[in-house]
Amino acid sequence: MSTIEIHDEDTPVMMNASQLQRERRDKRMQVIMPLGALVIAVLLWEFLVWYNEVPHYLIPAPSLILKTLWVEGPSLLGSAWFTVKLTLMSLALAMIGGVLLGMLFALSRTVEMSLFPFAVILQVTPIVAIAPLILIYVDSTFSALLICAWIVAFFPILSNTVIGIRSADHNLRDMFSLYHATPWQRLRFLLVPSALPYFMAALKIAGGLALIGAVVAEFVAGSAGQNTGLASRILESSFRNEIPKMFAALLLVSLLGIAIFLATSFLSKLVLGKWHESEIKRER
Amino acid sequence: MAAQPVDALIDVRNVHKIFGNGTVAIKDMSLTISEGEFVSFLGPSGCGKSTALKMIAGLLSVSAGEIDVNGHPAGQGGETGDIGYVFQDATLMPWANVFDNVFLPLRLQGVSRRDATPRITEVLAQVGLSKFHKSYPRELSGGMKMRVSIARALVTNPKLLLLDEPFAALDEITRFKLNNDVLRLWEENNLTVIFVTHSVFESVYMSSRVVLMGARPGRVIEEIELPRAVGRTDEYRTSAEFGEHARTVTQALERTMTNVDH
Ligand SMILES: Nc1ncnc2c1ncn2[C@@H]1O[C@H](COP(=O)(O)OP(=O)(O)O)[C@@H](O)[C@H]1O
Ligand SMILES: [Mg+2]
Repeated sequence: MSTIEIHDEDTPVMMNASQLQRERRDKRMQVIMPLGALVIAVLLWEFLVWYNEVPHYLIPAPSLILKTLWVEGPSLLGSAWFTVKLTLMSLALAMIGGVLLGMLFALSRTVEMSLFPFAVILQVTPIVAIAPLILIYVDSTFSALLICAWIVAFFPILSNTVIGIRSADHNLRDMFSLYHATPWQRLRFLLVPSALPYFMAALKIAGGLALIGAVVAEFVAGSAGQNTGLASRILESSFRNEIPKMFAALLLVSLLGIAIFLATSFLSKLVLGKWHESEIKRER
Repeated sequence: MAAQPVDALIDVRNVHKIFGNGTVAIKDMSLTISEGEFVSFLGPSGCGKSTALKMIAGLLSVSAGEIDVNGHPAGQGGETGDIGYVFQDATLMPWANVFDNVFLPLRLQGVSRRDATPRITEVLAQVGLSKFHKSYPRELSGGMKMRVSIARALVTNPKLLLLDEPFAALDEITRFKLNNDVLRLWEENNLTVIFVTHSVFESVYMSSRVVLMGARPGRVIEEIELPRAVGRTDEYRTSAEFGEHARTVTQALERTMTNVDH
């Protein structure tokens, strides 16, 4: 059999030095700029507090917050662990529930039409308004908090999974029909990869929402949920007017949020980096 | 059925297609295509060319009438992989590299990657993409993507190749080259080809028969026989003979356009 020839040269072409340099500088700047800005902001904060002699029960200096974090560390870390557990578990359950229900919705209009209203009602009713009820009905505080955080994180995953599966290219669907693909093959080789970018976008949002849900639910639980997570430590410190400790707990919540954001972003890059527009670095 | 000539690969009898919204996409279409033919569907956009092609592939149901492909009603019976289909845009899976895209039809038939590899290597060589197994679609030019799409359609060794305006979005230079490539693949693989196009010159260059279609409602207006395009080269595009045929087809097309006022 003859082949069609393609003429291409095998001579390697080197990136020129200035281009390489620019690439490297870009990479460094990506780390240096945000970190630098952060450090400057913290130093400014420290300076302003010191210069204006702001009392620590109003705004504590960053150094004092760090010291409090060190001293209160062990007990705060215990609470942080509780919040981490709550957030990750609710996120995991939201992923499982959202994906399963999303697939069901995408495959059956009838199921979607009958169940979607419930999902919407759950989503639009503020969690602060439902949380007290859940806390009354569910015995274990942890389970109650878990349900609250789950409700908040669940919806974006559900709706994006549905949209993602529906977004599969129609010609590709025809392609699969032409070769008599089984429903399982269609799911595995077409629908899941098509839905993946949408799912990843939802995961980034849901990760943050799970944390918000966990914190808000714990606030609502208040004294009912004796001790436990970071939110109740913030409440507790506020009652006792321990502002530095409040800031320390707050710092931990932020760090947790950042960690979740970085982890989901990294995962998205890992999964989509090779092919999806959202994660591909544009060449200039 | 016994009355059919043995070599009729496709037999379309009084087929109508009416979509749910009331659009009459095809009205009373009848057509016989023999094994080894290269047939063009030529007509303005919206005249039901894609619809006809999808019905032949069994991807759309007919509203009335019958279509037999290789002795079976379209879309039923027959071997999976007997038909290769190429869409107007390459329709590749962006998450899969060239190799995996071409692997898809075999994978859906349950062929293992190891067993499929020799055949995939072969078709990719046939379309001139031997060095691009690992490339992702976004890294390829429009013409190369189209070649992948053609390789994917050929990987199962189909009898019938259906091409739906495959090169409409490409530049002329690339299109001319791919025209010749498709003709060569047709000869080499003993294919029967239906080639949908809205270009008179493309249809005249490629096919041994032009099926002229008109719009509103979509229907077959005329069939024009042409010499078989065996061993065709680009010189033919400027020959007197080519000009002659192109004039015949253009005039036939103009008659259809004046029948329906636009
Ligand atoms: N799924 C559909 N639902 C309703 N109308 C359709 C559908 N597909 C095509 N049509 C209509 O059928 C007619 C023929 O379409 P098509 O076969 O795509 O034409 P062509 O390929 O010749 O451009 C057009 O008027 C188009 O709008
Ligand atoms: Mg079309």
